[in-house]
Amino acid sequence: MATNQPPRMGFFTDTSVCIGCKACEVACKEWNQVPEDGLNFTGMSYDNTQGLSADSWRHVAFIEQTKLSMHPGSTHPESTEGTRPDELRWLMSSDVCKHCTHAACLDVCPTGALFRTEFGTVVVQDDVCNGCGYCIPACPYGVIDIRPDDGRAWKCTMCYDRLQVGMEPACAKACPTDSIQFGDLDELRERADTRLATLHDAGVSDARLYGHDPADGVGGDGAFFLLLDEPEVYGLPPDPVVTTRDLPAMWRCVCAAAATLAVGIAAVFGGRHR
Amino acid sequence: MAECHPVGFQWVMEAKARGATLIHVDPRFTRTSALADIHVPLRAGSDIAFLGAIVNYVLTEEKYFKEYVTAYTNAPVILREEFRDTEDLDGVFSGLDSENRSYDFHSWQYEGVEVQASAGQRDLEYEDRTKATEGRHESGRGESTGSGGSRLGGGEPERDETLQHPRCVFQVLRRHFSRYTPEMVEQVCGVPRDLFTKVCEAITRNSNRDHTTAFVYAVGWTQHTVGVQYIRTAAILQLLLGNIGRPGGGIMALRGHASIQGSTDIPTLFNILPGYIPMPHAHTAEDLDAFIQGESADKGYWGELRSYFVSLLKSYWGAAATPESDFCFDYLPRLTGSHSTYETVRAQQDGHCKGYFLLGENPAVGSANNKEQRLGMANLDWLVVRDFSLIESATWWKDGPEIETGELRTEEINTEVFFFPAAAHTEKNGSFTNTQRMLQWHHAAVEPSGDARSELWFMYHLGRIIKAKLAGSTDEIDRPLLDLTWDYPVEGSIDEPSAEAVLAEINGWDGDGQPLSSYEQLHGDGSTACGCWIYCGVYSEGVNQASRRKPALEQNWVANEWGWAWPANRRLLYNRASADPDGKPWSDRKAYVWWDDEQAMWTGHDTPDFAATKSPWHRPPPGARAAEALSGVDPFVMQDDGKAWLYVPVGLTDGPLPTHYEPQESPFTNPLYSQQRNPVRQVMPPRKHNFYHPSAGTNGNDVFPYVATTYRLTEHHTAGGMTRFLPYLSELQPEMFCEVSPELAAERGLEHNGWATIVTARSAIEARVLVTDRMTPLVVQGRTLQQVGLPYHWGRNGYSVGDSANELAHLSLDPNVHIQEVKAFTVDIRPGRRPQGPALVRLVRDYRERAGITDETGTEI
Amino acid sequence: MNGSKVSMGRRGGRGERAMVPDASFSSYYGRPVIKEPSWQEPDIAGYLYLGGLAGASSAIALGAQLTRRPALERASKIGALAAIGAGMVGLLHDLGRPARFVNMLRVFKPTSPMNMGSWLLSAYGPAAGVSALTAATGRFRRIGGVATAGAAALGPLVASYTAALICDTAVPSWHEGFREMPFVFVGSAATAAGGLGMVAAPTHEAGPARRAALLGGALEVGAARLMERRMGDLIGKPYREGGSGQKMRIGEALTAVGAVCGATLGRRSRVAAVVSGAALLTSSALTRVAIFEAGVASAREPAHTVVPQRERLGARQ
Repeated sequence: MATNQPPRMGFFTDTSVCIGCKACEVACKEWNQVPEDGLNFTGMSYDNTQGLSADSWRHVAFIEQTKLSMHPGSTHPESTEGTRPDELRWLMSSDVCKHCTHAACLDVCPTGALFRTEFGTVVVQDDVCNGCGYCIPACPYGVIDIRPDDGRAWKCTMCYDRLQVGMEPACAKACPTDSIQFGDLDELRERADTRLATLHDAGVSDARLYGHDPADGVGGDGAFFLLLDEPEVYGLPPDPVVTTRDLPAMWRCVCAAAATLAVGIAAVFGGRHR
Repeated sequence: MAECHPVGFQWVMEAKARGATLIHVDPRFTRTSALADIHVPLRAGSDIAFLGAIVNYVLTEEKYFKEYVTAYTNAPVILREEFRDTEDLDGVFSGLDSENRSYDFHSWQYEGVEVQASAGQRDLEYEDRTKATEGRHESGRGESTGSGGSRLGGGEPERDETLQHPRCVFQVLRRHFSRYTPEMVEQVCGVPRDLFTKVCEAITRNSNRDHTTAFVYAVGWTQHTVGVQYIRTAAILQLLLGNIGRPGGGIMALRGHASIQGSTDIPTLFNILPGYIPMPHAHTAEDLDAFIQGESADKGYWGELRSYFVSLLKSYWGAAATPESDFCFDYLPRLTGSHSTYETVRAQQDGHCKGYFLLGENPAVGSANNKEQRLGMANLDWLVVRDFSLIESATWWKDGPEIETGELRTEEINTEVFFFPAAAHTEKNGSFTNTQRMLQWHHAAVEPSGDARSELWFMYHLGRIIKAKLAGSTDEIDRPLLDLTWDYPVEGSIDEPSAEAVLAEINGWDGDGQPLSSYEQLHGDGSTACGCWIYCGVYSEGVNQASRRKPALEQNWVANEWGWAWPANRRLLYNRASADPDGKPWSDRKAYVWWDDEQAMWTGHDTPDFAATKSPWHRPPPGARAAEALSGVDPFVMQDDGKAWLYVPVGLTDGPLPTHYEPQESPFTNPLYSQQRNPVRQVMPPRKHNFYHPSAGTNGNDVFPYVATTYRLTEHHTAGGMTRFLPYLSELQPEMFCEVSPELAAERGLEHNGWATIVTARSAIEARVLVTDRMTPLVVQGRTLQQVGLPYHWGRNGYSVGDSANELAHLSLDPNVHIQEVKAFTVDIRPGRRPQGPALVRLVRDYRERAGITDETGTEI
Repeated sequence: MNGSKVSMGRRGGRGERAMVPDASFSSYYGRPVIKEPSWQEPDIAGYLYLGGLAGASSAIALGAQLTRRPALERASKIGALAAIGAGMVGLLHDLGRPARFVNMLRVFKPTSPMNMGSWLLSAYGPAAGVSALTAATGRFRRIGGVATAGAAALGPLVASYTAALICDTAVPSWHEGFREMPFVFVGSAATAAGGLGMVAAPTHEAGPARRAALLGGALEVGAARLMERRMGDLIGKPYREGGSGQKMRIGEALTAVGAVCGATLGRRSRVAAVVSGAALLTSSALTRVAIFEAGVASAREPAHTVVPQRERLGARQ
């Protein structure tokens, strides 16, 4: 291991201060020259990007809810029937590749195109990828995808080129409210704990961290979040597990089945007929 | 603000993080509301009732900052006996000339003294001040007669420091807003009274010696026929609460473009000259002295108008501007009325205006009543469009809506259209002046490619070529052009004029050619030149102050070594008001500038907006004028009386106090007064493309039962010239859409994600439908009101195309500033796409017939 | 669909379309959480089928060679090569950058079933090739013998590893079946290879093929039923309902009919044997297609991802 190994870098996205401006989406596309991927009016609130894909590496989700207001320091009374104005909540969140500690995409990649960088991030080498597509159904978050007309798999690189010269990723740079925070992952986790406590003290009991826990099914994410509702409301899996966790058992079953086939075929040749 | 100023909004978020309460008042629940603590949905066009009721609350509950109000505002000033308020005249003020639809303001003036305005219509005072007997009024309306017996300027108006006198401003104010109650707010605005009261409590709880409250607004307040009065109501409120001139207080106008503040400071507006010097009106026998006499104030820094104005004329005409030539005063054009953009469009249609320059402007999408804009352009001899892309205002002649409907035919349009590609801000040097009056220099990173050029290049070389063509002319009419100083150095392979040289000229220099550092150095004798007096100092000592970039962490929190703010790098205007009459801060917590008795000067965190060595106890000697006439307790140094005006005795065309009037088009009658609308609002002469809807309470009003409001989205910029041609932004908001409540969708059969057609008497457009709870039905005067949200970014050109919201808008303007009322007008909405071609015209005509609309409809006073 | 979601406290809100009456869950506008495979059905479902057919045929080929059943031997060897050849064409065709197929061998990576499979194929393919060519030409018998043995040793793994390939993903209706899926696959492989034998070899030689089909069919159907039941109402549903469920059931029926008929009528009637064999070749393909489509359907259904995970979280707290 190199003695100058940088610490693991990551994102902490505090969605409680996201204003839904989508500067992150545009900055990412500009820096990484990601193609425009469709002019589609979806009717999904202000979300016309729809989701992460090969051509959308940052995706701002918009969820309109009728719900009791949960802002800090709110002086609202409890909502009563028919009092509409106080009941609205509009969740906004910038989603990104999670750069999992145990990354299924990396594990299943047959060419080694996906690799882990010195910053602990997960990056596709576009000169190696042959577009086999295995990473796509492997990702528990539904992030990576094949770029049409290109054939290769693409996803967020956490601006690997910028990290290598000591800069922060384009999305973090562009975010005006510091919803997207970039830095040393350990430090970000501490910051997130503090922020969570602040919100809970202010009465925002719905606030929770997501992807922060190294004991979770992917070993914790390199890009984790502070959410204001359940993950699935944002389109995120509630309890993702890296598929590789079950792979040893799978190989055992594969071998058992192969043996079964071999034995079985041998058996059908045994017998009196010669 | 989160929608239109996301980067600036980070500071609001910072304030929130430090415990500030965020209140968002808007007909829609937007991305700002999502982060606000309190969202107040209200009926578009009813904000004066809302704000006026807060004023009433503050006065009734005695929550005003008494010491501040008494010392720093004109609250104690006594008004004339003949003044009549809206409470007396059922919704109008004294002096209304119904036939000419104008006010004579003289009954509004102070008792015993006639003061001059510091902004607005300063020419109203011209007659009295020059004692001329002829002359014309602003906007071609009736003449005022001088009121005899008034003492012009100098001296003090009569005051009652106890604020009890029945004719003092304070009591008049109280009475004026006395019926603006929480119950009235519920009726007029559709805001439940407990929500309204909650807002009042939050504001007043946070406005006192130790706390200040800030108001932030944009065109949701200005784009109304009473737009200026909206701002005035906020000003009254903030002054009563003592929030002006204090840190964390104030009223911030969010401007809509990177440097539109700069384009009012160094104006592209017809009625002002750089530094808000009024453009002269046409008066008989008016020379420079008469202009100064007529337009300047006696007290305060406008008393130095001559210095600013002569220095401006010197910078324009250099050597030709001498005392003998009256400093070329006659070279300046004269106003004969309003020449705003909408009058100009009419003049184009009538053939009086032959040519048009559109520089980064797209009126075929961005101005109210797009058809009128295109019909105007269709009647020009020539049209020059400078932009990044072929915007709608450049191509209407071949593919605009009127070509589609057959109302215009390309072969019959004689306009010669020129398109010049424009350089982007990264390709040119120059400054931005932002909404905080701060100038920041930007440096060209690359030269523009191809034929793209900056505005500076274009204007400079155009002027140079015109001057060359006119050289040697003996015609008097050419002298203003020939005598213009036009000697900027050019650089680079494309001969780009030096922007810094222009900045230096704006800053000005003395007789020895040395850069000036303050407007206090300007003289009216021709010894100084200065392109914009409020910018004087931006190039002091020959250093480009606007390009300073000292990091925040290396300065105090005011950080005035980043960029340069006018005037004189003061970051907070009127900051003398942050200290009490004795010069001590109102509280330690809100200390900003204060009087240092030992050093005998004002000091503090920012540059004091006050004469540096004038003590709080200074009282001017008799006969003192201009700045000298300001006392040590006159923080509002631009005002003729040094005080902030709760009540405006002169300068506004539509009243000294804000009054709730219904918009030009409204489903509701005015519950407060018989006077339905602003009696002197500007209604354009009838044209068949600008019919108004029937007024509330008349037949046909219910053909357009919904209130529409226009607005911007974060993803696009104004008329789309900078965003709809870019894939990355277009894909974020790819289509024109309307926002409606589920209730309205059910009522009109609108399908979410489907299409709707929105109709007015002007035109009809189609839009995708976004059904959302964020559009809240309101209960107004016992009926449910549905509002329709319309972003106005779309046109037919570019990557992302759609119909333009401004096709629907009418031309009815604020009478002070000629701003269109696009924030509240009425519409009908129906499911499905609109008809194409001539069928579109028929649809609109059917609606007009159904509503019984004629030339006269809606034009009543 | 209106974008607003109703969410009530911690419980989660009402889903737009609950898969099971009592299950309630939230989603983002009903959109999938994970991504469905970009694999093309003809290429990859085809490869699952053809790889299984090839691998089991190679095993049968060895048995046929050792027990001197020349027709069965030749059919199985050539069948194996044809199948694996066609299968690899499909694999190549499915790559986004086919010219870079060699990159599959840049690394040796046990965490990637596709990588392991590439290595497997790079050994099995040539073995099956040599085995078939020597059988077809009748030359180089000894080398052919070695190759046949090699292909027979690797063949069962070729037939079973593809189960790990699809199960080692986030697709619930695949991943949750990882225990049984290899048995479904080898059963299906044996069924197909048995069917091939029944079609191509005379009845007196095809005995093992008939028995292989019977055993394979029983294993395939049994393991599939077990898998489906263990997956439960929600995750198992694509194997019972919808297009994939239909194909699954038809495949099952065809397997049963083909195997039974083949084992009975096919002993004496060549025609019956051929028909049964064809049915088995078809049913094996249909089953693979059904499984492929079940996975795609599962990936598209947010409930498949959200509901079990939410239950798991709930159980832990």
